[in-house]
Amino acid sequence: MKILIPIKRVIDHMAKIHIKPDGSGVINDYVKMAINPFDEIAVEQALVLREQGQATQVTVLSIGPVGCVETLRHALALGADQAIHIQTDIPLLPLDIAKLITHIVQKNVFDLVISGKQAIDNDCNQVGQMVAALLGWPQGTFISQVVVEGKTLLVKREVDHGIEQLRLVLPCVLTTDLRLNRPRYASLPNVMKAKNKPLETYTLAQLNFKPREGQKTLQILEPTSREGGILVASIQELIEHLKKEQVL
Amino acid sequence: MNILILAPAYQGHLHASMGPVLTAAHQLSPKGTIDAIVFEASSGCAAASCAMYVGLTRIWRVVSQDFEQTIAPEWIVPTLVELAQKYDVIMAPANTFGKNIMPNLAAVLDVGQVSDVIKILGPRQFERPIYAGNAIEQVESTDAKILLTIRPIAFDAAVMGTSPVPVENCSLIMGHLKDRVTFISVEKPPSQRPDLQSASVVVSGGRGVGEDFSLIEQLADCFGAAVGASRAAVDAGFITNDCQVGQTGKVVAPDLYIAVGISGAIQHWSGMKDSKVIVAINKDAEAPLSKMADYVLIGDLFQVIPELIVAVKKEKETA
Repeated sequence: MKILIPIKRVIDHMAKIHIKPDGSGVINDYVKMAINPFDEIAVEQALVLREQGQATQVTVLSIGPVGCVETLRHALALGADQAIHIQTDIPLLPLDIAKLITHIVQKNVFDLVISGKQAIDNDCNQVGQMVAALLGWPQGTFISQVVVEGKTLLVKREVDHGIEQLRLVLPCVLTTDLRLNRPRYASLPNVMKAKNKPLETYTLAQLNFKPREGQKTLQILEPTSREGGILVASIQELIEHLKKEQVL
Repeated sequence: MNILILAPAYQGHLHASMGPVLTAAHQLSPKGTIDAIVFEASSGCAAASCAMYVGLTRIWRVVSQDFEQTIAPEWIVPTLVELAQKYDVIMAPANTFGKNIMPNLAAVLDVGQVSDVIKILGPRQFERPIYAGNAIEQVESTDAKILLTIRPIAFDAAVMGTSPVPVENCSLIMGHLKDRVTFISVEKPPSQRPDLQSASVVVSGGRGVGEDFSLIEQLADCFGAAVGASRAAVDAGFITNDCQVGQTGKVVAPDLYIAVGISGAIQHWSGMKDSKVIVAINKDAEAPLSKMADYVLIGDLFQVIPELIVAVKKEKETA
């Protein structure tokens, strides 16, 4: 089984977000960047499947500016076998990303695509489902467990009303939820080794790909903030406040 | 503008997120036709419940025994694609139901999707949170068809009337993926408490609560509240994942949110910051939530909570 893991380079989840004064976007310069945490869980799952003898090859794919190479090298240091970078400075919408991933899947023949359920920058939660639709493959979203059984996957999905278990026939697309696994750290020898692992680069022109239009960002705003609150000294005082607020 | 709502129906029951989605549809198209589509087994009552909402024109009901336990996009997208021809906008709630299906439909229709809409700004303009709610994006869709997922807490629920709108049967077009997805089971945590996302009071516990969540549950019960939890508490295995409040869990906005032993990582904050009144009970006065909540009580929760339970019970009795 060959696995493709699309990974996104995002602002590190611990970094504070600063909105550009003109509202045109979020400041990306001089901010710590990292692999999208949900995608890191996807990489980990692919590595686990390879260690179980279920997968033969793990390929990571990133689409975006030249900085993505650093994120791909990180995934290679974690243990991925090879990387593909589609280099573009144009911010692409989820459907474009899904089309590019689909293109790579069809060109290279993969059996399984695992992506994060959402990227922590735009929080769209779309790409995995779109890839499944474009490939005509079944999808398992928000996965917290996966077990390979022959040519099928038994997956547990985290849904609002509990945990749903489905059986999906391969090839298929999975998207990861937080509790699927705990990603490993890259060891220093592996970081060194990652530098020599294969990494192919394409441009959109080489892939004959023209981004579609369909959605544009008008502006980015600061969210409304809450005023700091009242420190209450006793339970009775808290009760009085809650009564005044008419919530008790 | 004609709108189709993909009604959230699980196992034949209509989910309460239908109400807010309908309100959003009204705001988007006050004069247009708003229809809903329900997928359910013949024994299901979701279409009948849906028909009671005021403001809908018609319900499409698609019946198959396959929908008795779950609804997979692979089973319903071909039917939605066919029906989509008649509509300008298709919307669903931004919960695991809508999030699972809508992007799949969008890709087949070759259009984009605007996720997690919290405000309708115009016929094609929407507001949505990004970066876990640390920024708000205003977007314009120029797609031939507009696909939206609506964040339920951001809109009031539409009201139900007394006379139902017509329910028409719509035939199922089953795609070629039918046999490649099989439902096995669903584990539902047993709970007598109200649904987390529609409860008017939520009592949440964090890692500080420890393995035994019974204190949180007792406090919740004296308010008639739902029980929530931080990601740390869920990850530690103190409580099941369906209780997780936060960016990656459920987004809630009750009248009263009581956070017990929760430091208030941004992850959690973005899932409850729209609550009307937020109370933080924590031993750490420097925790982020202690600085953001409306009312903060500093103390050892194992001492404070039992006293609070007694005090709330007393209030409820005298009220």
